[in-house]
Amino acid sequence: MSAPTTSSTSTSSAAGRTPAAEPVPTGVQTLPFAKAINAGLRAALGGDDKVLLMGEDIGPLGGVFRVTDGLQASFGADRVVDTPLAESGILGTAIGLALRGYRPVCEIQFDGFIFPAFDQITTQLAKMHYRSRGRLTVPVVVRVPYGGGIGAVEHHSESPEVLFAHTPGLRVVSPGSPQDAYTMIQEAIASPDPVLFFEPKGRYWEKGAVDLSEGPYGRRAAEQQETADVQDVAADEQPVRESITVREPVTVSEANGFSTLNTAVVARPGTDLTLVAYGPTVATALKVAEAAASEGTSIEVVDLRSISPLDTDTVVESVRKTHRCVVVHEAPTFLGTGAEIAATVTERCFYDLEAPVLRVGGFHTPYPVAKIEHEYLPSLDRVLDAVDRSLAF
Amino acid sequence: MTAPIEPTEALQTDEDAPVQLVAPDGSRVSDDRNAPYRARTSHLGTEELRGLYRDMVLVRRFDTEATALQRQGELALFAPLLGQEAAQIGSGRALAPQDVAFPSYREHGVAHTRGLDLAEILRLFRGVDHGGWDSEAHNFHLYTLVIGSHSLHATGYAMGVQRDGLVGTGDPERDTAVITYFGDGATSQGDVSEALGFAAVNNAPVVLFCQNNQWAISVPTSTQSRVPLYRRGAGFGVPSVRVDGNDVLACYAVTAEALERARSGGGPTFIEAVTYRMGAHTTSDDPTRYRTRAEEDYWRDRDPIARLHALLVAEGAWDDEAAAALEAESEALGERIRTSVRALGKPAAASMFDHVYATDHQVVSRESAWFESYESSFTDQGGHR
Repeated sequence: MSAPTTSSTSTSSAAGRTPAAEPVPTGVQTLPFAKAINAGLRAALGGDDKVLLMGEDIGPLGGVFRVTDGLQASFGADRVVDTPLAESGILGTAIGLALRGYRPVCEIQFDGFIFPAFDQITTQLAKMHYRSRGRLTVPVVVRVPYGGGIGAVEHHSESPEVLFAHTPGLRVVSPGSPQDAYTMIQEAIASPDPVLFFEPKGRYWEKGAVDLSEGPYGRRAAEQQETADVQDVAADEQPVRESITVREPVTVSEANGFSTLNTAVVARPGTDLTLVAYGPTVATALKVAEAAASEGTSIEVVDLRSISPLDTDTVVESVRKTHRCVVVHEAPTFLGTGAEIAATVTERCFYDLEAPVLRVGGFHTPYPVAKIEHEYLPSLDRVLDAVDRSLAF
Repeated sequence: MTAPIEPTEALQTDEDAPVQLVAPDGSRVSDDRNAPYRARTSHLGTEELRGLYRDMVLVRRFDTEATALQRQGELALFAPLLGQEAAQIGSGRALAPQDVAFPSYREHGVAHTRGLDLAEILRLFRGVDHGGWDSEAHNFHLYTLVIGSHSLHATGYAMGVQRDGLVGTGDPERDTAVITYFGDGATSQGDVSEALGFAAVNNAPVVLFCQNNQWAISVPTSTQSRVPLYRRGAGFGVPSVRVDGNDVLACYAVTAEALERARSGGGPTFIEAVTYRMGAHTTSDDPTRYRTRAEEDYWRDRDPIARLHALLVAEGAWDDEAAAALEAESEALGERIRTSVRALGKPAAASMFDHVYATDHQVVSRESAWFESYESSFTDQGGHR
């Protein structure tokens, strides 16, 4: 039986092609977290035509936190897509686009709004690769501004990372510095696995040095820039943009094993106690280490970067050196990342420990109202108190 | 006898009458309304009609065998399609090879039209695989058990097809549509509404094909909706059609039109095929608890296979020789299904760690290594697992 004859009706479906992309910036710049992520997204959009951003208000507005600021102007409404206000729809269609070979980066406007998409993320996105016995990959990234400290109203300050980390098939990460934010968002996009990318929104405005030639797309842009410079010198009349916009998709091997998505990093070396943190609490932990140093205590700060997988090797190596461990996160401690680390460290470092592993985090309450959130969040004093308790054993 | 099955009857109008090309007695229906659809089936000669009949008979045979295999303990579960053959074969045969289908979990008939060996489907129900087939080789995605989820995957995939420039080129070999199948219960899920919304605003080349089989497990359509389901499309700006789901020619014609609109850049269509699930929802439920014998009899008189058989006989397109050949083919299929299911081995336990991630994940690697060493500790002692 033959297919019905297709009419030649014209279509607007392929309209709105990408405007000519600007060169992706390279070099080292001092950037706040939000701008570092923006630069990482820009590098990925510029480096692979299959990358597209989708979410609510991410176009002309640039997202409610302006993380996607200017990207639609640079890459067009076809690459930076304002979607209907429907989180399950965003994730569900992103899965379909990924099955078709695209690399969608979804923005969930706030942590507390991810739950309408929870089903798509946990029952569909997480399992497609497994169910297909590896035949299908769904390289979807879900960006989630999360955590507290900005005085927001209900549903705007939550830390739901463990709900996703508990789901096999998902990678769950949270950067602790602008440099990692820049590198990790690129690795998340280049990853064939789905990645939940939790952005510590309370740190969006904190600045740090960012080497723009880091990350799979940043490296490529830097290499292409070098090539272009050489060609410019060699044949100054030769238009080189054409040659550097022709590219293959960034692949796993090119990305050197996605180091930041798999490994924790020692953010500050020390000898007396290991303070484990990630995302928004990395800066807190570094302040704690600074304060403790003035009292003669040497604290090693481990920035996990990834919650799934957990790089317990780096934590264990540190604890074998310091013999003490305190874990700090904003999410409730009950059944949380800290509990997992405490159990693992106890199992693997039983004879090295001088004190039980302690946890400092949120309480088992809904996120409290803004006026008392600083009593809920792991503050400098609460962490120092745990440090003192550990050292007292 | 009054049909006891139209729960939304009070709210229906003449406009809600489903498109029909063949009446339950096998006679052709000709009216002004179905004229464009009649035109879409005018090229179907005796061979094609016999082909549709063969498809329906074979999938019913598959269905019967699979249900029996479940009763014998060979399958963990089975979801029968009994009664829905026309909706699935009619729509499935309207697909072009490059079109992509996103099924629910009862689309065995559609799978057959996609060239999938039906035995492959039973890997899922046997409990040896969560999928069971190469979805890309057949342009037939894996079954989705969470109701309605895949309507969004289909819509997103269609948006990708559109971005790939494979819509409205005028080349019938290239222009591509996507179709997704779900039931009446799924229309209550937010995901189906979100799919209609995304499909509409993106003008996505997707056909949302609802098989209204009257029951969402034990709950009637009246508990899902106060209006005929096809009317839901209008609020989203999606053209919607109601078709007699037990009329294979009408299902073919309506789907062919919707697919053509999608391929040519005309956007999505919502189709409600009014049909009836004659079997259980799955082999785990008991339909006698929630529906009447009278209702089942009403629908038995509208059996989609009997209907096409009557048409073939009336038009002199059927004879004993054809019947014997099909019976033999059907027997062979049944035998092959029984044999292949029993031959499906248990996967290696360690395979549970495979493909959780596409790249290395320390937690899975660590647990996999532990499991391997645990398992081998038994064989080291001469034990058997």
